[in-house]
Amino acid sequence: MSKIFVSKVADFEDGKCRIVAEGDLEVGVYRRGSDYHAYENMCLHQGGPACEGITMHKVEEILRPDKTYVAQRFNMEQEHIVCPWHGYEYDMKNGECVPDRSRKLKKFQVVTEGDSVYVLA
Amino acid sequence: MELPTSALKGMLVEEFDTTTLLSHARKQAKERNYKDFLIVDVDSHQYENERFGEIIEYLEDPVLRQMAKSSQLSGRGSMFIVQPGSQDMAGRVTRYPLRNYEKTPATPDRQITLTNRWMDATGIDYAMLFPTPMLQMGLHPQQEVEAQLSRAYNRWLCENVLAKDERIRSLLYLPFNDPEACYKMVQDFGDKKGVSGFMVTTVRYKGVHDNAYMKTYRAIEERGLSLAFHAGYNWGDRNYETANKFLVVHALGFTFYNIVNICNWVINGLPERFPRLPVIWMESGLSWLPYIMQRLDNEYMMRSSECAGLKKKPSEYITDMYYGCQPMECVNNTEMLEQTFKFIKAETQLLYASDYPHWDFDLPSVIYDLPFLDEQQKRNILGGNAQKLFKLPKFERKLALI
Repeated sequence: MSKIFVSKVADFEDGKCRIVAEGDLEVGVYRRGSDYHAYENMCLHQGGPACEGITMHKVEEILRPDKTYVAQRFNMEQEHIVCPWHGYEYDMKNGECVPDRSRKLKKFQVVTEGDSVYVLA
Repeated sequence: MELPTSALKGMLVEEFDTTTLLSHARKQAKERNYKDFLIVDVDSHQYENERFGEIIEYLEDPVLRQMAKSSQLSGRGSMFIVQPGSQDMAGRVTRYPLRNYEKTPATPDRQITLTNRWMDATGIDYAMLFPTPMLQMGLHPQQEVEAQLSRAYNRWLCENVLAKDERIRSLLYLPFNDPEACYKMVQDFGDKKGVSGFMVTTVRYKGVHDNAYMKTYRAIEERGLSLAFHAGYNWGDRNYETANKFLVVHALGFTFYNIVNICNWVINGLPERFPRLPVIWMESGLSWLPYIMQRLDNEYMMRSSECAGLKKKPSEYITDMYYGCQPMECVNNTEMLEQTFKFIKAETQLLYASDYPHWDFDLPSVIYDLPFLDEQQKRNILGGNAQKLFKLPKFERKLALI
């Protein structure tokens, strides 16, 4: 297992993503507060750079108790990684492909040592 | 540029480059040895609206040209039909909002540079280039606007792109609502460099079997060129009035308009009238074909007297024609896809199509990675079939700079 340097903690702005590479492997590392999430930058659909697009929160419908439709909203508790090629969406917290959770992005462990952030690959 | 997202702050993007966006496609091309064989993309697109200021200079009607120039100044009311719907998936597909920020050199033409960039990255040697907003022009209430604008666009494309790049070709837009203008288009542009045939957008309300089109079909056939039908969608069609999601209109529309037209084409016996005219059906995927082949054969066996021009079953005509593969429906259905390939004689009739840069584009790996095809079948579909159909130079060396 190799340890890939990502960034100094102080330089890694909250809400951002860093792409790191070693050989053919590319990993997208996201900082969300004190949490870090790292996934292979490879969409399960056609191999696009899954971590190089935008992130969007889950869109959900608001229904009344009688099941009639009211509106839609973003669920700010569930952020999605969106592949820029075709829009495939993955759950930030576990890398699961949102419309088919049996499939998921390859996940990597992130560690902080001293003032630096690393991915274990 | 800040891309709006669900967060308070959007995503800041400093630059955009097609080569960078498609770096994973280039990796696929190397891993799969695309350098060893020809890849032809029979359906790709440009955003001709971004060149509208130049294209309108080619309008021959001075009144329409003045009107178009005036609309440029006022910032509204262009000649295009604008459909509702979010092709860019609300910005999730980032090349839509970012493409205007891509830098290109002064020469060659920006369209050539942009097209070559994605062709090289994906390993595509030749690409058929089509417009985008003009795919809706069959709905324009003024047939003279469709006729004039398509003629101007074809002239612009031939002079600025096709004449200057060997790898970019096209099946030129036919203003199908005006049969005489179609015929003149074939006469005037059929021999231009890079023209492999002509294309009819199927979102319109004209029967392909109308007598008015026969001389156009004959003119295309006589020149040894191809005729393509390119699907689309129309949220304004009453069939889709109940649909409240773009996904529904898109999924149904792109198949429906080709289904209606292929039924009319086959059942009126046009393959018998023009047996040497290659016909291609674009951008409907493949899943509709087993459906319509079975439906037509079943009814034909009971009602053959309604189709006096036919000498064999409808499905046999359908499998004589050609199909662009995109968007290939390939989610957990390999077994069904394999059957579909057999049904349509994919080995000889299927043509790789990317639809790049649209949101549902397919890379060559969509074909190359299918487990039920052997290497020769893959190469036929990715390029060999199109090379024969369009009489392209035989593969000697890779043109795409992978």
